[in-house]
Amino acid sequence: MHDSGASAIATFSIPFVRHLSVEGELVSAPPGEAAASETLVALYRAMVLTRAFDEKAVALQRTGQLGTYASSLGQEAVGVGLASIMRPEDVLLPSFREQGAMLWRGVSMTELLRYWGGDERGSDFAAARRDFPVCIPVASQFPHAVGVALAMKMRQEARVAVAVGGDGATSKGDFYEALNIAGVWKLPAVFVVNNNQWAISVPRSAQTAAATLAQKAVAAGVPGVQVDGNDVIAVRVAMAEALERARSGEGPSLVEALTYRLADHTTADDARRYRDDGEVSAHWKSEPVARLRSYLVREGVWTKTDETEHLARCRAEIETAVAAYLATPAPLPTDMMDWLFAELPPALAAQRRALTAAGAPHA
Amino acid sequence: MLEIALVEAVNLALARAMTEDERVVVLGEDVGRDGGVFRATLGLVDRFGPQRVRDTPLAEAAIAGLSVGLAAEGFRPVAEIQFDGFMFPTIDQMVNHAARLRTRTRGRLTCPMVLRAPYGGGIHAPEHHSDSVETFFAHIPGLRVVIPSSPRRAYGLLLAAIRDPDPVVFLEPKRLYRLSRETVEDDGAALELDTCFMLRDGGDVTLVAWGAMIVEALAAADLLASEGIEAAVLDVATLTPLDATPILRSVTTTGRCVIAHEAPLTGGFGGEIAARVAEGALLSLLAPVRRVTGYDCVMPLPRLEGHYLPGAERIAAAAREVMSYR
Repeated sequence: MHDSGASAIATFSIPFVRHLSVEGELVSAPPGEAAASETLVALYRAMVLTRAFDEKAVALQRTGQLGTYASSLGQEAVGVGLASIMRPEDVLLPSFREQGAMLWRGVSMTELLRYWGGDERGSDFAAARRDFPVCIPVASQFPHAVGVALAMKMRQEARVAVAVGGDGATSKGDFYEALNIAGVWKLPAVFVVNNNQWAISVPRSAQTAAATLAQKAVAAGVPGVQVDGNDVIAVRVAMAEALERARSGEGPSLVEALTYRLADHTTADDARRYRDDGEVSAHWKSEPVARLRSYLVREGVWTKTDETEHLARCRAEIETAVAAYLATPAPLPTDMMDWLFAELPPALAAQRRALTAAGAPHA
Repeated sequence: MLEIALVEAVNLALARAMTEDERVVVLGEDVGRDGGVFRATLGLVDRFGPQRVRDTPLAEAAIAGLSVGLAAEGFRPVAEIQFDGFMFPTIDQMVNHAARLRTRTRGRLTCPMVLRAPYGGGIHAPEHHSDSVETFFAHIPGLRVVIPSSPRRAYGLLLAAIRDPDPVVFLEPKRLYRLSRETVEDDGAALELDTCFMLRDGGDVTLVAWGAMIVEALAAADLLASEGIEAAVLDVATLTPLDATPILRSVTTTGRCVIAHEAPLTGGFGGEIAARVAEGALLSLLAPVRRVTGYDCVMPLPRLEGHYLPGAERIAAAAREVMSYR
């Protein structure tokens, strides 16, 4: 190509961030306080809680007490890491596998269980009131983040919209359209790609020919970075930079977090149909919880006793949340009409009455 | 008091809404300096600035999606989609998000947005620029579908749509944009949503229509009047939620009902109205309900659109048929 006299008009490179090795050793010192012991212990506690919660949710589904559920097993560092550096007034726009982030943001386990148990009230968060609910239609949350970020920018607030999607989401038009607009309008948004390597049965290699998903930002004039998503320090460091950029008016960023979905896509999926057990067990060696624990133990800030006590506390909190979930009174049939509009249009009154009629049949 | 065309009434309502509520933001392709391809947003960028009158990149799905985000954060976005045929990429966002954000979060987040678009045929536009898309949106619970048919109703209904706390799809019959002018007082008075407008009373036959078909239905009523047939003309205006009461009241009097729309027959919104008449006024009917609609074919290019679009003659012929039904 260069033989014809052409010269490069644009070039790019994608940085890769990792601070904690697979063995849990600090391979490079992170900037600032990112590796402060008390911070990392708090992150570790949250990651363990997320894992225990996922485990319980799957168990509830298996025993008929919860609907279809998407576990984040193996991806805990992404959700916890990104949320831990956000401010309360920022807005999280999650996909359907971000319970680690949602819990950190103050969404309760009971609320999450209500949602996955088939009750809209689970998305009426008592905390994190501005955060978006779980987004099931893949990538459609990215344009919402553009609107939220535009609102923040127009009001000159130092807030940031953080949207999270999976590797599959980066193949969708919504993702590109949103990234492009965020770039050209320099919006305070961070696009996080939680790249767990599998979009149900389609591996990352079949999703795109691009070498990284982070480089998809380049065409939109947006910086992209890839991080080891099983290294919570790296996730925090990259997110801190992206959030600071957004907050200071420099525009959006894309953070691709490389991780691995150790669980099935959801409880309705059986991943053994399309991927080898060998691949999964190989990835267990680099999972984020054990990695961080090794580091904390080596640093002398986490002990076996801490672990035992924390696990017991997690289990107790989860049991309390499950009890509250199971004790939640059923929603009213009329709820499905009463939240449709601010006020029920008279034209729908007859349908609402049908729901309340004595002996109204239901499935 | 101004004599203005429908597109100017849209502009007037937008300016009024932006003046009275700083949360109102106008956005879409070419809505800024260009004033929109039909000039519906003409001059707004000069009055309200490029922050609030925003040219977007060419991305319809994201225009709808970012409006959801803006609305959830407390703004009142009024997004323009340039033509009916380009609304389809917005449907995912409108169905899955705009229409159900309130329901999904039990009112924690809401979506007070308006998605405006010119729609329908009759201006010899290129391919994909003449479709009638109302039924696609009318089937989505949680959305309002509102269609004006005169400058005054465009002004009053658009103000109502922008002030409404829930999402509205506002379809503007582009054939009527500059067809006629009428006096519109810029008094900030909204018209009522969720109700039909009786434009002409008559005891023999009820003509039901919306958008550009109102002009044809009124012309048909004139034709019929010269033959001694008194036709009532009802402008549905808010397709959903549909208040069928005024239609049923009229049909109970006339016993005859003709419904006109540009969209294809099968699955068209006329079927819904016919069903409501069957459910609510069957025993008053003196003749079967007739629908005068576009055909079940692809919207033709301009050389054939005159054959496709229902006109006053077809509507009047259907009315004569139901009048002579034995």
